[in-house]
Amino acid sequence: MTTSYVEPYVLPEHDVPHWRDVDPKRSYDVVIVGAGGHGLATAYYLAKNHGITDVAVLDKGWLAGGNMARNTTIIRSNYLWDESAAIYEHALKLWEGLEEDLGYELLFSQRGVLNLAHNLGDVREGKRRVNANQLNGVDAQWLEPEDIKKLVPILDTSRDVRYPVHGGTFQPRAGIAKHDYVAWGFARAAYERGVQLIQHCEVTGVSVDGNRVTGVETTRGPIAAGKVALCAAGHTSVLGDMAGLRFPIQSHPLQALVSELLEQVLDTVVMSNAVHVYVSQAHKGELVLGAGIDSYNGYGQRGSIHVIEHQLSAALELFPIFARAHVLRTWAGIVDVCPDASPILGLTPIEELYVNGGWGTGGFKATPGAGWVYADTIANGRPHPLAEPYRIDRFRTGALIDEHGAAAVAH
Amino acid sequence: MLYIPCPWCGPRDETEFRYGGEAGVAYPADPDAVDDAAWSEYLFVRSNPKGWFEERWVHTSGCRRWFTVRRHTVSYEIRDPRPIGEST
Repeated sequence: MTTSYVEPYVLPEHDVPHWRDVDPKRSYDVVIVGAGGHGLATAYYLAKNHGITDVAVLDKGWLAGGNMARNTTIIRSNYLWDESAAIYEHALKLWEGLEEDLGYELLFSQRGVLNLAHNLGDVREGKRRVNANQLNGVDAQWLEPEDIKKLVPILDTSRDVRYPVHGGTFQPRAGIAKHDYVAWGFARAAYERGVQLIQHCEVTGVSVDGNRVTGVETTRGPIAAGKVALCAAGHTSVLGDMAGLRFPIQSHPLQALVSELLEQVLDTVVMSNAVHVYVSQAHKGELVLGAGIDSYNGYGQRGSIHVIEHQLSAALELFPIFARAHVLRTWAGIVDVCPDASPILGLTPIEELYVNGGWGTGGFKATPGAGWVYADTIANGRPHPLAEPYRIDRFRTGALIDEHGAAAVAH
Repeated sequence: MLYIPCPWCGPRDETEFRYGGEAGVAYPADPDAVDDAAWSEYLFVRSNPKGWFEERWVHTSGCRRWFTVRRHTVSYEIRDPRPIGEST
């Protein structure tokens, strides 16, 4: 059946606005720099858990227009190390009640995440990680190739291919959510509690008196603040430079792509580190694919095409039927990568200046957990117990949380 | 894809190269005299500017030599390719 429109076509009414733009006040108790997922979640939990509502969330662009609009929406907590499992599992438990908590549909779908093993090293690493996960109370299973074929029939599990599937780890509680809805849900809930969301207000300087932060300079004038919380992902270093702080972070482009809309063929998330691709199918039908970062430092929100070619060839290796799919669009975000592929969350050498960054390629899944932990850290002026290992001085003490090879290269 | 001018081989596709990060990071002259903070800085902290950046590449699929370029991290424009140790 075809639908024909009668001219003049009338545009549908806009939904009720979830928040109102305001001009910034001259001062706030807390200024959060960056209105992405983490910044909005932090504002929400500051208000909800700690009763701190004199809060502004500033963004140089529009709300949730950075990495929050560009990620591949994968949520999981099957990390190897205790510190990582603790914070990501905390986040996953929050995800499980988040739609109810925010009163907002997030299309949160616990369809599971499958991490494939293609060689003996992968098999050993995967089984070790499953054991570590189970000890940490994270649901994880080891699947043999025949189980995987049942779970994902379109996956090529034949033996005579370049990357044979020798098994995989599966986390049933993992999944995906609709990233925009997550941002809007947090934004609305924070706004309803009195938080001000200020778009198109770029921070150009961090004001410090003695060794204590006093506010920020912005393109819309100076704003005083009792506490300043950096939450700007790929731009963490840029903000750090304003305060004279050098973070162990490098910013890289990270690309992803979607296909045109297709019939549902994939009802779980499949990741492969050796082949280097991860793929899921969105509710609407597009295949969502991501891979690794571009090698060079970059703030350009675009990467090199050979990285896309590489990830597509990897996807075709695993899913031959994708050969007929068309790429609808590709894009890039700027990810902030730490040397140990784990975030920095906590205090800085400057009093009342806080930092949440370095989440690299995997920040989305942590959104509620990072917001919860960061809000607690800001409200109490000391690291939340789950943030304790993520102190910036771990790079001096040597207590790194090396998730580069451990958890999965791809987040 | 970046089009990178190797000082010896001329401009080639990025896929022929490997990235080496920030240029000019010297190994501490006397490592035993360096405290934990300075050692941490040397090991883990690199500049990460939004703008012009002095960086290293190696032409792995060509002459296999390292060199320095000045690249803009937003526009990705590349200038001043030169052998290591030579200033512009």
